[in-house]
Amino acid sequence: MKARALFGLSLLLTTTAVDAEKPVVVGSKKFTESYVLGGIAKTVLERAGFPVQERAGMGGTIILWQALRGAQIDVYPEYTGTIGEEILKTKQPLSQDEMRRALARFDVGISADLGFNNTYALVMRRTEAERLGIRSISDLRRHLELKVGLTHEFLDRQDGWRPLAATYGLTMPNVSGIDHAIGYAALAKSSIDVKDAYSTDAKIQENDLVVLRDDLHFFPEYKAVFLYRLELDPRAIDALNHFGRIDEEKMTSLNAAAERSKDYAYAASLYFHSAPNDAAPRRDLGPKLARWIGRHLQLAGISLLLSVLIGLPLGIVASRGGPIGQAILAVVGMIQTIPSLALLALLVPVPFLGISATTAIIALFLYGLLPIVRNTATGLQDIPPALRDSAIALGLEPAARLRKIYLPLASRTILAGIKTSAVINIGTATLAALIGAGGLGEPILSGLNLNDNATILEGAIPAALLALLVQGLFDLLDRFLIPRGLRL
Amino acid sequence: MHPLIELVGVSKSFGGTAALHPTDLAFPPGLTTALIGPSGCGKSTLLRLIIALLKPDTGKVTFDDLEVTETSAQQVRRRVGYVIQEGGLFPHLTARANVLLLSRHLGRPASKMEERLEQLCSLSRFPRNGLDRYPAELSGGQRQRVSLMRALMLSPEVLLLDEPLGALDPLVRSSLQKDLKEIFARLKQTAVLVTHDMGEAAYLADEIVLMNEGRIVQRGTVVDLRDHPASAFVSEFINAQRSAAF
Repeated sequence: MKARALFGLSLLLTTTAVDAEKPVVVGSKKFTESYVLGGIAKTVLERAGFPVQERAGMGGTIILWQALRGAQIDVYPEYTGTIGEEILKTKQPLSQDEMRRALARFDVGISADLGFNNTYALVMRRTEAERLGIRSISDLRRHLELKVGLTHEFLDRQDGWRPLAATYGLTMPNVSGIDHAIGYAALAKSSIDVKDAYSTDAKIQENDLVVLRDDLHFFPEYKAVFLYRLELDPRAIDALNHFGRIDEEKMTSLNAAAERSKDYAYAASLYFHSAPNDAAPRRDLGPKLARWIGRHLQLAGISLLLSVLIGLPLGIVASRGGPIGQAILAVVGMIQTIPSLALLALLVPVPFLGISATTAIIALFLYGLLPIVRNTATGLQDIPPALRDSAIALGLEPAARLRKIYLPLASRTILAGIKTSAVINIGTATLAALIGAGGLGEPILSGLNLNDNATILEGAIPAALLALLVQGLFDLLDRFLIPRGLRL
Repeated sequence: MHPLIELVGVSKSFGGTAALHPTDLAFPPGLTTALIGPSGCGKSTLLRLIIALLKPDTGKVTFDDLEVTETSAQQVRRRVGYVIQEGGLFPHLTARANVLLLSRHLGRPASKMEERLEQLCSLSRFPRNGLDRYPAELSGGQRQRVSLMRALMLSPEVLLLDEPLGALDPLVRSSLQKDLKEIFARLKQTAVLVTHDMGEAAYLADEIVLMNEGRIVQRGTVVDLRDHPASAFVSEFINAQRSAAF
């Protein structure tokens, strides 16, 4: 029984971790333009005859760069300004050639620039800007009462808010961090007045915003390029360098199409053959939902199985108390206090993990431990001393006592712990999408990114229902697994 | 007669308080001995030392000339039957499964087990149709009968009973006392009974060991204790029990 479960588990783990065909893996960051450029790279490579696997919306610069260096992805779209400031961390602007040489040291290549410059910009509501007479970033100095809402990445970047504020002498007290897509909604509702944006952002036109002129030329150039691993097939590299150009106007319209249709692949396809306006393909929710739910259950299920297989023995040891028992409870308790997002981020740089389903499963497994370990320990400790004495006096060996008496007596408490773990896992598994592991977090993330509640609900509702279903299933399971004598 | 169980210089204390001062005591085979005394006199501690639920601080316990140690404990326990107050039945197992637990674990043949179960049911007057009930579905008296069957299942050389009837109401108690006496007589069972009830001890035991504050005060038949009390405590204890009964 146990051996078969372990075999099935290892089978699942290997199928998620290894692919037979070795496709070219294309990654992208978690914002519209990156998704679309990723989709374009996918088509370009497929047309050049390569099988392609897409890992869309994996996260921010650091995650993508590490995934590329760790060979978890082969290609992703990046911007020259980001390469200089964030990846190579140089103070001086670099020429394309200098950049190429510097990246080669990491076995990473850079494509020709794709044809547009998507620099950072500060934007405001047009009406507000006109009323206050603000045209350039310097003009903001006269209105320090304005509320600034910035993406977390921009707040922390070397070429982000702090040096910008220092250059322009902006000392406004109201500066806060806010998600990019949610920031537009906040701007529309006047919760904030100024935010950062990308110059090709479709939302600028859509929301009637103005870009403030960078009159001190603070922002470096952000020309779009593809970064790829130098080990990639030369024909693939050639294809990425010579598929054509995308100008600013084209990119803005592709971004707008992506946000209108909520379908990045469709928007990417518009680059290759401009389809009639707004003829976005119908999105078939059924198969997508099935794929998300399948992956979600796989993530939560495998991690739960691991939590049970490891947590139960740990709980048994912990129930005996002593320094070892206390140490076990302390460690699993500590894991629980790490925010789930931080735990994922901590696991990504670990060798052999990186951006993968395995990483997500390990994070979920670690989260699932505490309820199981604690309930197993408590359940065993709560067995009345008279029953313990009876089991010992009967002459059963310690292992038989545990198997035939103690574990069945503690079964209700142990199962309650497993149930808690399962429900927590279903919820937390939505975060797996942050590191490209898929599941119901996928629509939630892209919904957040598009500021589109319907898409968020496509993930959130099934996730909630799934949690209820799992709870119900475990209630049923109680009847089979808790001995009848304990339910009287 | 060669004693079956022997304690030599055995003592035990808990957190600096002596529960049992160094004690020598031997239990002859075929007889029922009652350990009696007020709460905290050390009688249960003594019983728990025999079956290695406790480890003595000093001295040694031998069972049939085998010293009871951590390594020999398992062997000794399987030759001893143990019944406690409230039975100590496992609530997740039916009466039958409780009784058969150890013999099944030891892989005894099923037909032999059924035969023995049959005998035990009639011996301890337990209805056969109650065998598939769970402890929670049985009365207090029935639970004690099942507990007794479990203890007798492998025909133990000694039966240790720790206040087995302590939690039962008087009518059930007296009927069980009668049945116990019959069983002891029929099986010629060596038994050690812990009780605080002088009447029960007098009725069931061949010999009485009266204890107080971790020491044996007097040993003998109930007539010895009544007619030749070793100390004022002995007469006080017997008189107190008598006045409580009438």
